[in-house]
Amino acid sequence: MSDPMRIRAAATGDKVTVRVLVSHEMETGLRKDAAGKVVPALFIQTISAVHNGKTVMSAQWGPAVSKNPFIQFTFTGGKAGEKIAISWVDNTGDKRTDEATIS
Amino acid sequence: MKRREFVQSTSGAAALGLAASVGLFPAVASAQTAWNKAAFEAKNLADVVKALGGTSAATESKDVTLSAPEIAENGNVVRLGAQSAAAGTTWLGLIVEKNPAALTAGFDVIAGTDANMSTNVKMGQSTNVYALAKVGDKFIYAVKEVKVTLGGCGG
Repeated sequence: MSDPMRIRAAATGDKVTVRVLVSHEMETGLRKDAAGKVVPALFIQTISAVHNGKTVMSAQWGPAVSKNPFIQFTFTGGKAGEKIAISWVDNTGDKRTDEATIS
Repeated sequence: MKRREFVQSTSGAAALGLAASVGLFPAVASAQTAWNKAAFEAKNLADVVKALGGTSAATESKDVTLSAPEIAENGNVVRLGAQSAAAGTTWLGLIVEKNPAALTAGFDVIAGTDANMSTNVKMGQSTNVYALAKVGDKFIYAVKEVKVTLGGCGG
Protein backbone atom coordinates (compact mmCIF):
# COMPACT_ATOMS: atom_id res chain seq x y z
CA MET A 1 0.00 0.00 0.00
CA SER A 2 2.64 2.49 1.00
CA ASP A 3 5.77 3.28 -0.97
CA PRO A 4 9.25 2.56 0.41
CA MET A 5 10.96 5.11 2.61
CA ARG A 6 14.02 6.88 1.34
CA ILE A 7 16.77 6.48 3.90
CA ARG A 8 20.22 8.07 3.81
CA ALA A 9 22.62 7.18 6.60
CA ALA A 10 26.11 8.67 6.52
CA ALA A 11 28.87 7.86 9.02
CA THR A 12 31.39 10.52 10.06
CA GLY A 13 33.78 9.13 12.68
CA ASP A 14 31.62 7.03 14.99
CA LYS A 15 28.56 9.21 14.52
CA VAL A 16 25.90 8.36 12.00
CA THR A 17 23.49 10.97 10.68
CA VAL A 18 20.30 9.42 9.39
CA ARG A 19 17.84 11.23 7.18
CA VAL A 20 14.54 9.59 6.34
CA LEU A 21 11.85 10.63 3.91
CA VAL A 22 8.68 8.65 4.59
CA SER A 23 5.97 8.28 1.98
CA HIS A 24 2.74 8.85 3.90
CA GLU A 25 -0.43 10.93 3.51
CA MET A 26 -0.47 12.34 7.07
CA GLU A 27 -4.14 13.42 7.04
CA THR A 28 -5.07 15.54 10.06
CA GLY A 29 -8.73 14.52 10.19
CA LEU A 30 -9.70 18.21 10.01
CA ARG A 31 -9.63 18.75 6.25
CA LYS A 32 -12.76 18.45 4.10
CA ASP A 33 -12.91 17.10 0.58
CA ALA A 34 -14.71 18.70 -2.37
CA ALA A 35 -18.03 17.18 -1.24
CA GLY A 36 -17.68 18.74 2.22
CA LYS A 37 -17.00 15.44 3.95
CA VAL A 38 -14.28 15.30 6.57
CA VAL A 39 -11.27 13.33 5.34
CA PRO A 40 -10.55 10.79 8.09
CA ALA A 41 -7.31 11.15 10.00
CA LEU A 42 -4.44 9.02 8.76
CA PHE A 43 -1.08 9.74 10.30
CA ILE A 44 2.01 7.99 11.62
CA GLN A 45 1.91 7.66 15.40
CA THR A 46 5.22 6.02 16.16
CA ILE A 47 8.42 5.75 14.17
CA SER A 48 11.60 4.06 15.32
CA ALA A 49 15.04 3.11 14.10
CA VAL A 50 16.92 -0.07 14.98
CA HIS A 51 20.67 -0.53 14.51
CA ASN A 52 22.35 -3.85 15.44
CA GLY A 53 19.30 -4.88 17.43
CA LYS A 54 19.30 -1.68 19.49
CA THR A 55 16.66 1.02 19.17
CA VAL A 56 18.52 4.25 18.40
CA MET A 57 15.53 6.50 17.77
CA SER A 58 11.91 6.39 18.79
CA ALA A 59 9.44 9.17 18.18
CA GLN A 60 5.73 9.82 18.58
CA TRP A 61 4.07 11.99 15.98
CA GLY A 62 0.83 13.91 15.91
CA PRO A 63 -1.24 14.68 12.83
CA ALA A 64 0.51 18.02 12.33
CA VAL A 65 3.66 16.45 10.93
CA SER A 66 3.87 17.24 7.21
CA LYS A 67 2.76 14.98 4.41
CA ASN A 68 5.60 12.69 3.30
CA PRO A 69 7.43 13.40 6.56
CA PHE A 70 11.12 14.08 6.91
CA ILE A 71 13.14 13.21 9.98
CA GLN A 72 16.80 13.63 10.82
CA PHE A 73 18.70 12.30 13.82
CA THR A 74 22.25 11.39 14.81
CA PHE A 75 23.45 8.44 16.86
CA THR A 76 26.83 7.18 18.05
CA GLY A 77 28.30 3.75 17.45
CA GLY A 78 27.48 3.01 13.82
CA LYS A 79 29.94 2.13 11.07
CA ALA A 80 29.76 2.23 7.30
CA GLY A 81 28.42 -1.00 5.85
CA GLU A 82 26.13 -1.74 8.79
CA LYS A 83 22.36 -1.77 8.43
CA ILE A 84 19.74 0.48 9.93
CA ALA A 85 16.04 -0.36 9.88
CA ILE A 86 13.30 2.26 10.18
CA SER A 87 9.72 1.25 11.07
CA TRP A 88 6.52 3.22 11.46
CA VAL A 89 2.99 2.46 12.61
CA ASP A 90 0.06 4.73 11.76
CA ASN A 91 -3.26 5.30 13.52
CA THR A 92 -5.02 2.63 11.43
CA GLY A 93 -2.41 0.03 12.40
CA ASP A 94 -0.79 0.08 8.98
CA LYS A 95 2.96 -0.38 9.27
CA ARG A 96 6.09 -0.53 7.21
CA THR A 97 9.77 -1.30 7.78
CA ASP A 98 12.61 -0.42 5.43
CA GLU A 99 16.32 -1.06 5.74
CA ALA A 100 19.32 0.87 4.50
CA THR A 101 23.07 0.45 4.61
CA ILE A 102 25.16 3.11 6.34
CA SER A 103 27.61 4.75 3.94
CA MET B 1 -8.95 -41.36 9.16
CA LYS B 2 -5.28 -40.72 9.48
CA ARG B 3 -5.46 -38.10 6.79
CA ARG B 4 -8.35 -36.44 8.60
CA GLU B 5 -6.36 -36.30 11.83
CA PHE B 6 -3.37 -34.91 9.99
CA VAL B 7 -5.39 -32.11 8.37
CA GLN B 8 -6.99 -31.22 11.66
CA SER B 9 -3.75 -31.14 13.58
CA THR B 10 -1.93 -29.05 10.97
CA SER B 11 -4.77 -26.56 10.60
CA GLY B 12 -4.86 -26.26 14.36
CA ALA B 13 -1.13 -25.63 14.47
CA ALA B 14 -1.40 -23.08 11.67
CA ALA B 15 -4.12 -21.22 13.55
CA LEU B 16 -1.97 -21.28 16.65
CA GLY B 17 1.02 -19.92 14.74
CA LEU B 18 -1.10 -17.16 13.27
CA ALA B 19 -2.48 -16.22 16.66
CA ALA B 20 1.04 -16.11 18.07
CA SER B 21 2.29 -13.85 15.30
CA VAL B 22 -0.75 -11.58 15.55
CA GLY B 23 -0.27 -11.40 19.29
CA LEU B 24 3.41 -10.67 18.85
CA PHE B 25 3.01 -7.40 16.97
CA PRO B 26 1.25 -5.44 19.72
CA ALA B 27 3.95 -6.69 22.10
CA VAL B 28 6.64 -5.24 19.84
CA ALA B 29 4.74 -1.98 19.48
CA SER B 30 4.28 -1.58 23.22
CA ALA B 31 8.01 -2.03 23.75
CA GLN B 32 8.34 1.46 22.29
CA THR B 33 6.85 4.39 24.16
CA ALA B 34 3.11 4.20 23.63
CA TRP B 35 1.44 7.01 21.75
CA ASN B 36 0.37 9.53 24.39
CA LYS B 37 -3.17 10.52 23.39
CA ALA B 38 -3.62 13.10 26.12
CA ALA B 39 -0.40 14.90 25.20
CA PHE B 40 -1.30 15.00 21.51
CA GLU B 41 -4.74 16.47 22.30
CA ALA B 42 -3.39 19.21 24.57
CA LYS B 43 -3.98 22.75 23.36
CA ASN B 44 -1.01 24.62 24.81
CA LEU B 45 2.45 24.24 26.32
CA ALA B 46 1.24 23.98 29.94
CA ASP B 47 -1.26 21.22 29.08
CA VAL B 48 1.36 19.29 27.13
CA VAL B 49 3.74 19.40 30.11
CA LYS B 50 0.91 18.26 32.38
CA ALA B 51 -0.03 15.38 30.04
CA LEU B 52 3.59 14.24 29.98
CA GLY B 53 3.65 14.02 33.74
CA GLY B 54 5.35 17.32 34.53
CA THR B 55 4.56 18.61 37.99
CA SER B 56 5.95 22.15 37.63
CA ALA B 57 5.60 24.58 34.73
CA ALA B 58 8.24 24.52 32.01
CA THR B 59 10.93 27.18 32.18
CA GLU B 60 12.78 28.90 29.35
CA SER B 61 16.39 27.79 29.02
CA LYS B 62 19.41 28.54 26.85
CA ASP B 63 20.27 24.82 26.85
CA VAL B 64 17.51 24.18 24.36
CA THR B 65 17.95 25.33 20.79
CA LEU B 66 15.07 25.63 18.37
CA SER B 67 15.89 25.97 14.71
CA ALA B 68 12.96 27.41 12.82
CA PRO B 69 12.55 29.86 9.95
CA GLU B 70 11.47 33.47 10.75
CA ILE B 71 9.01 33.38 7.90
CA ALA B 72 7.53 30.20 6.51
CA GLU B 73 6.25 30.74 3.01
CA ASN B 74 4.36 27.48 2.96
CA GLY B 75 2.67 26.36 6.18
CA ASN B 76 2.36 22.82 4.84
CA VAL B 77 6.06 22.17 5.21
CA VAL B 78 7.99 24.00 7.92
CA ARG B 79 11.35 22.53 8.88
CA LEU B 80 11.74 22.61 12.66
CA GLY B 81 14.68 21.34 14.66
CA ALA B 82 15.05 20.83 18.39
CA GLN B 83 18.33 20.40 20.20
CA SER B 84 19.15 20.11 23.88
CA ALA B 85 22.56 20.63 25.46
CA ALA B 86 21.32 19.83 28.96
CA ALA B 87 22.79 16.63 30.42
CA GLY B 88 20.20 13.96 31.10
CA THR B 89 17.69 15.02 28.46
CA THR B 90 15.27 12.14 28.05
CA TRP B 91 12.67 13.61 25.71
CA LEU B 92 12.43 16.33 23.08
CA GLY B 93 9.24 17.75 21.63
CA LEU B 94 8.08 20.29 19.09
CA ILE B 95 5.02 22.34 19.96
CA VAL B 96 3.15 24.68 17.61
CA GLU B 97 0.95 26.85 19.81
CA LYS B 98 -2.00 27.79 17.59
CA ASN B 99 -2.38 24.48 15.77
CA PRO B 100 -5.56 22.49 16.57
CA ALA B 101 -3.36 20.19 18.68
CA ALA B 102 -0.25 21.85 20.06
CA LEU B 103 2.14 18.92 20.35
CA THR B 104 3.40 17.96 16.92
CA ALA B 105 6.19 15.48 17.49
CA GLY B 106 7.99 13.96 20.45
CA PHE B 107 11.28 12.11 20.42
CA ASP B 108 12.67 9.80 23.08
CA VAL B 109 16.32 10.60 23.60
CA ILE B 110 18.06 7.24 23.93
CA ALA B 111 21.60 6.90 25.31
CA GLY B 112 24.01 7.06 22.37
CA THR B 113 21.66 9.17 20.31
CA ASP B 114 22.15 12.93 20.12
CA ALA B 115 19.44 15.14 21.59
CA ASN B 116 19.07 16.78 18.22
CA MET B 117 16.16 16.05 15.92
CA SER B 118 14.52 17.79 13.03
CA THR B 119 11.38 17.19 11.06
CA ASN B 120 8.82 18.93 8.85
CA VAL B 121 5.55 20.11 10.35
CA LYS B 122 2.32 21.75 9.24
CA MET B 123 1.41 25.18 10.65
CA GLY B 124 -2.04 26.70 10.33
CA GLN B 125 -1.04 30.28 11.10
CA SER B 126 1.72 32.52 12.46
CA THR B 127 2.38 31.53 16.03
CA ASN B 128 4.96 30.70 18.67
CA VAL B 129 6.86 27.45 18.24
CA TYR B 130 8.41 25.74 21.26
CA ALA B 131 11.17 23.19 21.51
CA LEU B 132 10.47 21.38 24.77
CA ALA B 133 13.00 19.15 26.52
CA LYS B 134 12.50 16.89 29.50
CA VAL B 135 15.51 16.83 31.80
CA GLY B 136 15.03 14.58 34.81
CA ASP B 137 11.52 15.49 35.95
CA LYS B 138 11.75 19.10 34.80
CA PHE B 139 10.76 20.64 31.50
CA ILE B 140 12.73 23.38 29.76
CA TYR B 141 12.00 25.10 26.47
CA ALA B 142 13.08 27.53 23.78
CA VAL B 143 10.56 29.63 21.89
CA LYS B 144 10.49 31.42 18.56
CA GLU B 145 7.75 33.10 16.58
CA VAL B 146 7.30 31.79 13.07
CA LYS B 147 5.28 33.82 10.59
CA VAL B 148 3.32 31.80 8.07
CA THR B 149 2.38 33.53 4.85
CA LEU B 150 0.36 30.62 3.45
CA GLY B 151 -1.50 28.39 5.95
CA GLY B 152 -1.16 24.63 6.03
CA CYS B 153 -4.74 23.79 6.93
CA GLY B 154 -6.56 24.64 3.73
CA GLY B 155 -6.78 28.34 4.70
